[in-house]
Amino acid sequence: MKKIFKKNKFDFPIIIAFTVFIAASYYYNYNPGISIFQKNFWSFLKEMILALPIMFILVGLFDVWVPKEKVQKHIGDASGKKGIMLIMLLAFLQAGPLYAAFPVAYILWKKGTSAKNIFIYLSSASIAKIPMLAFEIGFLGIKFSLLRILISIPIFIIVGTIMGKYFTKNKCEIKNG
Amino acid sequence: MIPIIILTAILTLISFVVDKKKTLKGIKKGVMMFIKILPTLLSVIILVSIILYFVSDEILIEYLGKDAGLTAYGSAAIIGSISIIPGFIAYPLASILLKTGVSFSVLSVFITTLKMVGILTIPIEAKFFGLKTAIIRNALSFVGAILVGGSMALIYYYL
Repeated sequence: MKKIFKKNKFDFPIIIAFTVFIAASYYYNYNPGISIFQKNFWSFLKEMILALPIMFILVGLFDVWVPKEKVQKHIGDASGKKGIMLIMLLAFLQAGPLYAAFPVAYILWKKGTSAKNIFIYLSSASIAKIPMLAFEIGFLGIKFSLLRILISIPIFIIVGTIMGKYFTKNKCEIKNG
Repeated sequence: MIPIIILTAILTLISFVVDKKKTLKGIKKGVMMFIKILPTLLSVIILVSIILYFVSDEILIEYLGKDAGLTAYGSAAIIGSISIIPGFIAYPLASILLKTGVSFSVLSVFITTLKMVGILTIPIEAKFFGLKTAIIRNALSFVGAILVGGSMALIYYYL
């Protein structure tokens, strides 16, 4: 517990101050405070509480069940184009906000995924999640969504490749949060 | 979201039947990771909630609308990079913006930066990747998002 406090020395003051502010807003009927809590904070919290624990449980199960050799072979350093396709497919099935993809990236890295594929994964997870895509098409039309995705894919394979090179060259690592 | 919840439940159940000990170990690992990142996550969404309160739909329309001209692209890129708006809020908002006269090309810059670049989530990203890598990835993604938005703008302009 103490360790968590020490590692998050900026976070706890923010959380405590916000709690006090919201409690006071409700007590004194201060509208901006109530609106920040009800409209914004609550909708984010709902999204997070739904998506994240599930992602983390999947990550934990993946960790104990999937052997490193398998991951390395299919999306590791020598996996080539097939590896890119596979990692993109995995990313498109991802749910939740971008920050839900970070723990997945950690476990993929630990199991031997290449740095390049990790960064392609992060970009792909943010450009086209299948569950969200239906929603996007409904509001903005299929032409918009298709164009956006088709243009995004090559650009973000390039970004992923550059990031992968940087990452490997500087011997960076991904930590578990 | 619901299919993924069901999928996770089924996978956990199968895993539990096959090997109880391994499953509990896996779940414990996952939950520990979640608890570790929770304080940072909470403080980020607190800050975002407060910032979003000051950025109303009217402000967005003013900065992204047709009266804004070329600067609309710049505003779209900056607002998109800073905000983290969940999809189920962002898309309805985008369709409102469209109806009030914001062009498809400005919207594509807004949506791509919104999805790829997360300046406010850099603290979370840094916990996993380190601060330097997080900043470089966001900067590169920003350039990438501008390229995507720019190409979309050209295509919409000529089609």
